[in-house]
Amino acid sequence: MDSSEQILNKAGSVGAVVPQRAHFAEPLALKCGRSIADYELVYETYGTLNAAGSNAVLVCHALNASHHVAGTYADDPNNIGWWDNMIGPGKPLDTNRFFVVGVNNLGGCHGSTGPQSINPQTGKPWGGDFPVVTVDDWVNAQARLADHLGIRQFAAVMGGSLGAIQCLQWTIAWPERTRHALVIACTPNLSAQNIAFNEIARQAILTDPDFHGGDFYAHNVMPRRGLRVARMVGHVTYLSDDEMANKFGRQLKHGQVNYGFDTEFEIESYLRYQGDKFAGYFDANTYLRITKALDYFDPAFAHGGDLAKALAPARAGFLVVSFTTDWRFAPERSREIVHALLKNRRDVTYAEIDAPHGHDAFLLDDARYHKLVAAYFDRVFAEMQAGDAR
Amino acid sequence: MNGISIDRADFAAIAQWVKPNAHVLDLGCGDGALFNYLKRERAITGYGVEIDDNNVLACARNGVNVIQRNLERGLREFDDQSFDCVILSQTLQAMRHGDSLIDEMLRVGREGIVTFPNFGYWRNRLQVLRGHMPVSDNLPYQWFDTPNIHLCTISDFERFCAARNIRVLERKVLTDGVLVSALPNLLGALAIYHFGAG
Repeated sequence: MDSSEQILNKAGSVGAVVPQRAHFAEPLALKCGRSIADYELVYETYGTLNAAGSNAVLVCHALNASHHVAGTYADDPNNIGWWDNMIGPGKPLDTNRFFVVGVNNLGGCHGSTGPQSINPQTGKPWGGDFPVVTVDDWVNAQARLADHLGIRQFAAVMGGSLGAIQCLQWTIAWPERTRHALVIACTPNLSAQNIAFNEIARQAILTDPDFHGGDFYAHNVMPRRGLRVARMVGHVTYLSDDEMANKFGRQLKHGQVNYGFDTEFEIESYLRYQGDKFAGYFDANTYLRITKALDYFDPAFAHGGDLAKALAPARAGFLVVSFTTDWRFAPERSREIVHALLKNRRDVTYAEIDAPHGHDAFLLDDARYHKLVAAYFDRVFAEMQAGDAR
Repeated sequence: MNGISIDRADFAAIAQWVKPNAHVLDLGCGDGALFNYLKRERAITGYGVEIDDNNVLACARNGVNVIQRNLERGLREFDDQSFDCVILSQTLQAMRHGDSLIDEMLRVGREGIVTFPNFGYWRNRLQVLRGHMPVSDNLPYQWFDTPNIHLCTISDFERFCAARNIRVLERKVLTDGVLVSALPNLLGALAIYHFGAG
């Protein structure tokens, strides 16, 4: 077996990939009390599912990402998957060994059933009436996709940020189906500050005159201004102060201040660019629901705040990774998860990567981080081959 | 953590004091060699703690559950009396606050095992008499690059235990992997202590 070091030296891309679509006719009961009668999930897979069905890895996406995790599209070669530096032949999550599944979550805006989809009961887009979905609901829908693909147990579930939160939920809700969980830049729940930033983003959208209570499709408009501000707020929380200082500092776009309100500082230009880009493709109703899913996630709540009790059902082995400059989901939050896992005597490896980039570090190509993930997957693979049932 | 590589004689000495199937915390676990040795010999469960990125990676590669943490900040993730045994191998002398770490060991574990190079070993004394800081197999660093900031002798450690009401359960002293019985503070290169709360 190649060592993880050798693997990283000959890494490649999964190449052109094709999204697929799964239809689920059985209603899915949601945590909010409503249910979805009929829905579709869009997903991609890379690598080959082995005969035993034991080499599948689910990659859960964060706020704005999708099922397009790795590779490119034949008709759109510049559209590279959002975690392509992590996943592919010879990469830390090696598609020569593992069958990797990426899925757009229920309520998303990249092809899975969501607010833009037609509500069969009305013949119109769901819009503001689409149910408020939760992390629990997403994971339950993902479990059905696993059934559809013939995966009884995942060798691992993996995600960063909100993706990592889904992994935690997997270990609690489906312990027998989750052999390992790679929980990166995670938190056991959102802090008041986290919720506050989400609420600013939501208010920007909800108060945009083009929002129309979520039924803006009928008016042929999009609440672009709201989405734009929402994204700008989000971006501030993804970067560390140092990273912003390094990238932009107080640099001026035109070399001087003009005593006006056009873009003057480079950071303003960056935020406006990110906001505009996002407002061009993301659905406002989806954004509102994803931020709510984040806010509601709190597995310890039902156990009087005791996270160890909440995680007691988990049977997975864990790799927990945090980044020193992440102030959105700071290392202290990951340590709470580690503490709860230690209490339950779970297998856990915890690393705190000294990276300057803030929360976004989980998406970046950092050698220490990637080598660690590769080493952990070596272990997952060795265990899988040994067929040792946990 | 930054210790020298310890040979199998140390591993064996430590293993004798670790009960089968014990839940063990190995502080400054390096690449996980001792932990894996104890896993083989004593079927232990538990975790290693390391600060160094390369060692954390090595532990991941060696299949050791490792928690990255600076021991100077204590053992906050670990609950009171949650381990049968807490090991601090070749790390005490590199700690800024070794005394509080030993308190922490006895908070999270029922028993502790600590190993350290004995500064009172005659070869060390001889080098000091000759006017130089000792450099040896057990103390392989030069004065200017050593991580070992708090070296002590066997007598110092025993005085420390007495003053802190730490009960020494057993002691082994080794030189070149061989047990030393007479004049340990003079003839012993490496001290291994097994202790509990007083």
